[in-house]
Amino acid sequence: MARVVVDVMPKPEILDPQGKAVLGALPRLGFAGVSDVRQGKRFELEVDGEVTDEVLASVEQMAATLLSNPVIETFTVHVEASA
Amino acid sequence: MKIGVVTFPGSLDDADAQRAVRIGGHEVVALWHGDHDLRGVDAVVLPGGFSYGDYLRCGAISRFAPVMTEVVDAAGRGMPVLGICNGFQILCESHLLPGALIRNDHRRFVCRDQRLRIENASTAWTSAYDEGEEITVVLKNGEGGFVADEAMLDRLEGEGLVVARYLDDNPNGSLRGIAGITNERGNVVGLMPHPEHAVEALTGSGTDGLGFFTSLAAAAFA
Repeated sequence: MARVVVDVMPKPEILDPQGKAVLGALPRLGFAGVSDVRQGKRFELEVDGEVTDEVLASVEQMAATLLSNPVIETFTVHVEASA
Repeated sequence: MKIGVVTFPGSLDDADAQRAVRIGGHEVVALWHGDHDLRGVDAVVLPGGFSYGDYLRCGAISRFAPVMTEVVDAAGRGMPVLGICNGFQILCESHLLPGALIRNDHRRFVCRDQRLRIENASTAWTSAYDEGEEITVVLKNGEGGFVADEAMLDRLEGEGLVVARYLDDNPNGSLRGIAGITNERGNVVGLMPHPEHAVEALTGSGTDGLGFFTSLAAAAFA
């Protein structure tokens, strides 16, 4: 088993109201020095067997089709060692 | 005409949409998200609500419901499809319409009577209105901010694909105040506000929404 991680983030030009809410909450809690927050999503896919180029290509396709909306989001794919 | 109203798990406004279709003078056919055929309908309404709990993104899971394969296919052949609120989100996720709907810029759910201007009265769903006509219908959404890149926004404006625009305050941060859009062919329309809640004088803000449901007949007999 191996873990493939897909990180999805709102595109920089797209307003991120959730990130803005977090940004607004930080100073209220006494945390200073943060100038911006963007909130994204992380998907951990447990895949059977070796992570081949084929598997990665398939995950890329999943990310582009379902896990992200290319109109408003970007994604990155990377392999993580399973615990 | 026979108009199908699709019910997804989590649809809320399917019953109101069915009622509006009937009041608009049409026969209603209830369609289920798991259906693989459209049961001979002439047009389809995707109603509002929170299909699949809005999991992942609003409309993202519904897009892959079996019935949507048929809807996308039929829309490509010119069948009129109207997506209201969550239905609009599903149409964008299905790439039947450009752009996307994101969380309201003020981060609160908004529920109010909303004034709109009908910008395009030549679509399958808006021909009963006059261009520039101002109507008031209910608006209720948490993720109703319409976004697209500048080039797409310019295209929508330039080609007259903006169907309705918010008047007064922009209720959700939609770019250029866009409340609804259509495709090039004018058969697919997505709208964030809810005309199906404004079809009877007894309830709601009036009957300004009825035109969305009588337009098909007007188009058919034109």
